[in-house]
Amino acid sequence: MRVETRNSYLDSLLQSRDAVAEAGSDWLRALRMRAVERSNELSVPTTRDEDWRFTDLSALYKASFRLVAEPRALETAQIGTFAVPEAEIRLVFVDGHYSTEHSQLPRSGGVTIGNLADLPDALEALAKKHLASLATIDHDAFAAVNTAFLRDGAVIHVESGHDMKSPIHLLFVATSRDSVAYPRVLVVVDAGAQCTVVEDFIGEGEGGYLTDAVSEIFVAENARMSHVRLQRESSGAFHIGNTSVQVARGGSYSAWTVALGARISRHDLALVQAGEGTEFSVDGLALIGGRQLADTHSSIDHAHAHGRSRQLHKTVVAGGAHAVFNGKILVRKGAQQTDSGQQSRNLLLSDKARVDTKPQLEIFADDVKCAHGAAVGQIDANELFYLKSRGLSDRVARNLLTYAFAAEVVERIPVKSLAGRLEQAILEQTQTKEDA
Amino acid sequence: MIRSNAPVLLEVRGLVAKIEERTILKGIDLTVRAGEVHAIMGPNGSGKSTFAKVLSGHPSYQVTSGEVLFQGENLLDLAPEERARAGVFLGFQYPIEVPGVTNSSFLRLAYNTVQGARGAEELDPLEFDDFVREKMKLLEMNPAFLDRSVNAGFSGGEKKRNEILQMALLAPKLAILDETDSGLDIDALRVVAGGVNKLHTQDIGLVLVTHYQRLLDYIEPDYVHVMDGGRIIKTGDKSLALELEKRGYDWVAAEFKGRAAA
Repeated sequence: MRVETRNSYLDSLLQSRDAVAEAGSDWLRALRMRAVERSNELSVPTTRDEDWRFTDLSALYKASFRLVAEPRALETAQIGTFAVPEAEIRLVFVDGHYSTEHSQLPRSGGVTIGNLADLPDALEALAKKHLASLATIDHDAFAAVNTAFLRDGAVIHVESGHDMKSPIHLLFVATSRDSVAYPRVLVVVDAGAQCTVVEDFIGEGEGGYLTDAVSEIFVAENARMSHVRLQRESSGAFHIGNTSVQVARGGSYSAWTVALGARISRHDLALVQAGEGTEFSVDGLALIGGRQLADTHSSIDHAHAHGRSRQLHKTVVAGGAHAVFNGKILVRKGAQQTDSGQQSRNLLLSDKARVDTKPQLEIFADDVKCAHGAAVGQIDANELFYLKSRGLSDRVARNLLTYAFAAEVVERIPVKSLAGRLEQAILEQTQTKEDA
Repeated sequence: MIRSNAPVLLEVRGLVAKIEERTILKGIDLTVRAGEVHAIMGPNGSGKSTFAKVLSGHPSYQVTSGEVLFQGENLLDLAPEERARAGVFLGFQYPIEVPGVTNSSFLRLAYNTVQGARGAEELDPLEFDDFVREKMKLLEMNPAFLDRSVNAGFSGGEKKRNEILQMALLAPKLAILDETDSGLDIDALRVVAGGVNKLHTQDIGLVLVTHYQRLLDYIEPDYVHVMDGGRIIKTGDKSLALELEKRGYDWVAAEFKGRAAA
């Protein structure tokens, strides 16, 4: 019975595949077909799966979603409100469709960017080599379905030694109720290059829809990548995202993931070390209220020696919302001199708010430094007293501390306009009006 | 300075307070007039920091008997923020770090809140910036501290300067400074104490809670009180502090026990 329900859900998603134009090269069609086959064999997760214990998707499985054949035309002004002024390059996707009109491709050398459905020759081989090689369609039903629907998506290639001063902004806008979109991103940063990519998931209106996103990121030797992932979907939306990252020797990857929106959101972030001496820095924030659920599962795989990783995951949970964090750190046998630190800090703003946090360390090397900690609490009484002793009312002091707790993550975001706008959004979400 | 006709700022009578089920303050009497400097000294665990916290309304402590009048009003009826607005200031022994909030916006928020409650003029960010920079000069503070998060990553000395800067901004009538000298090197102590002296007018009462005499080399007390076991067991002038420095606290406790037994 259970299996039937699960498979019928995937079937219903896959049925709408007829609508997908069979665009692209042979290898892309072959990949899609392989993903369709895998999707048929896989079942979607339920709370009986250990990795999905706290995240009940049955509401998602009951709903039905359709692909949007013709996306709504968005005004430039509407897109403008989400613009990141620092970004000279912007790719906009509306309901899964690439928007030539709103996108701004690079005008100078060092970086090549294209839409997956219409790839320039220069990106063909690169996409063929890397696409679906990290985000495995063999085990993950949502990644498989995303791949089965491969059409539009961002493919970014930063050439060796090129230092991109200006960030690349990838904007995914959902505008239609009961629709589904499959955002796809591939980033390849060649040796010694540097870049910043902002992935921004936005919903217009309050409607329920599904975003099933997959991003794959390859950071070559001594390259540096900064990645901002911002999930601010509509309040009724489902968001399921998978980010898979591989970093070669001496390379570094820094991420800031922020989850503000969606009724139910899940983000799986998998980092793999592909050589010695890599550096990972992962900051996460989920700021939720009402009946929202935000689930972050991360996995940092130290497969080589001299890797360093730092992770700070924070949640602020109000109302009857529920945050989930599972942070796996794997230190493999040969990964000596690994230096890994993980902190999960959670602030509950109401009696009904809930958080489930689970650091998970698996260490098979003997000469490593791994520190981790998890804290769940309410606003600290001493901090509150300090602010009140300076004249601030109870409400203002609480709001300020809540803001400060959340802002610590976003203030480090290297794109200043985005950090400022997020601070403002946090300010608005944390400023309760009623006196407690 | 002692002026017997100066108005009484603080009147504490028979103050008893507990934390959870443990009674810490066991009957304190203290009168502070405008312009006076009172040093409260005593060994660790004598209750002197608790006394400072109870006066400013720390929620962990419960007053079980006695009364505290501030300018004739019942201070214990007021919430901590109301005490601050009324003119009671506590300089913290361990100032709290608030990462994510810039010092300048915090200081302005506190200043304007207190000004607003007193019916005085509030300042916009530009006006406040000029104002706070002037005050920072009193403490030889680098203006760069305005842009940093409140106390986050400040050294011990920087935190204490930031405390006294808040005192300068909030213009209290009664300032209680809890171990302001702890964690300061000798140069920082001179600067911080110098700042307090500049702020101390004949309208302001000062209560200095300190373990050591060295702060009193810079801020001269009118009265020195020795606390032990939750009581003030001896009161003298500044020469008492010097004597404590030489002889320690034990003899005072012994003398007190002797008196109590007699």
